[in-house]
Amino acid sequence: MTIEIFIDILLLFMLLLTALFIQRMKNLFSAVILTGIFSLLSASLFLTMDAVDVSFTEASVGAGIATLLFLGTLAQTSSTESRPQRLPVMALVVVSLTGLMLIYGISDIPSFGDPGNPVQTYLSPRFIEVSPREIGIPNMVTSVLASYRGYDTLGEVTVIFTACVGVLLMLGRGRKRS
Amino acid sequence: MEHHLILRVIAKLMIPLILVFALYVQFHGEYSPGGGFQAGVIFAAGFILYGLIYGLDKVRQVISPVTIRITAALGVLLYAGVGIAGLLLGGQFLEYNVLASDPVHGQHLGILLIELGVGTTVASVMIMFFYVFARP
Repeated sequence: MTIEIFIDILLLFMLLLTALFIQRMKNLFSAVILTGIFSLLSASLFLTMDAVDVSFTEASVGAGIATLLFLGTLAQTSSTESRPQRLPVMALVVVSLTGLMLIYGISDIPSFGDPGNPVQTYLSPRFIEVSPREIGIPNMVTSVLASYRGYDTLGEVTVIFTACVGVLLMLGRGRKRS
Repeated sequence: MEHHLILRVIAKLMIPLILVFALYVQFHGEYSPGGGFQAGVIFAAGFILYGLIYGLDKVRQVISPVTIRITAALGVLLYAGVGIAGLLLGGQFLEYNVLASDPVHGQHLGILLIELGVGTTVASVMIMFFYVFARP
């Protein structure tokens, strides 16, 4: 138990350090690589919470594809950050307010792994008891994602498809057949 | 990239493994972590690696942008089609129990098909993004 807490603190500290470096970095190429490292650290954190599927997704999407797309964008634009014209006071106010609201919101979230959480009292036991009989699949995450919440996943796939259509409409035309 | 010999040899070794691992994640998602989303992304990563090292023109010869557009739509169509099939067979939209004679067997079939749809769309969209973003 104590070693898990130690790993959590270490990972969170490294996460914070990476975020600070991303913010300080003027070279956007390094910043993009650091966002990949940030995703990998998040994936490790999910792994310590035993959320293997989420961790897998974060590692492949966040650290893999998103970094590649950022690099592709940098190849089309510039790899050094331009100096801001004036101090972005408004942005600072918005970011601070949002951060404070999020921290305030945390107080209402039930603590991690608490047996009294609503999700632990009726939802998870139901899936654990009934899903092997109803779906017959060992990986319960898949049976929840693909069967119990099939509508939701259909929506996610549609969102990805819509993003593809949007990118094609903005960037896909004109230069394609040249 | 004519002269990056080490990169080219290593990529040739790695790409088949990446693609097979993607297929493993796709079709073994019922038993181990993974599923359509992760498999699609890994599959796309194999193609993107090929494109990065051998050039955009080479990878476009493997899968043309027109094919990619069609497969991206086909994945969503497959997913929604499974839903409609449940509707036609007397169940509700996206109800897999009616897809086979045995409800559990129907669930297996439904999950396999919709995960295939997810994987197809995600892989196609990611490769398409690479094609669009990597163009000089």
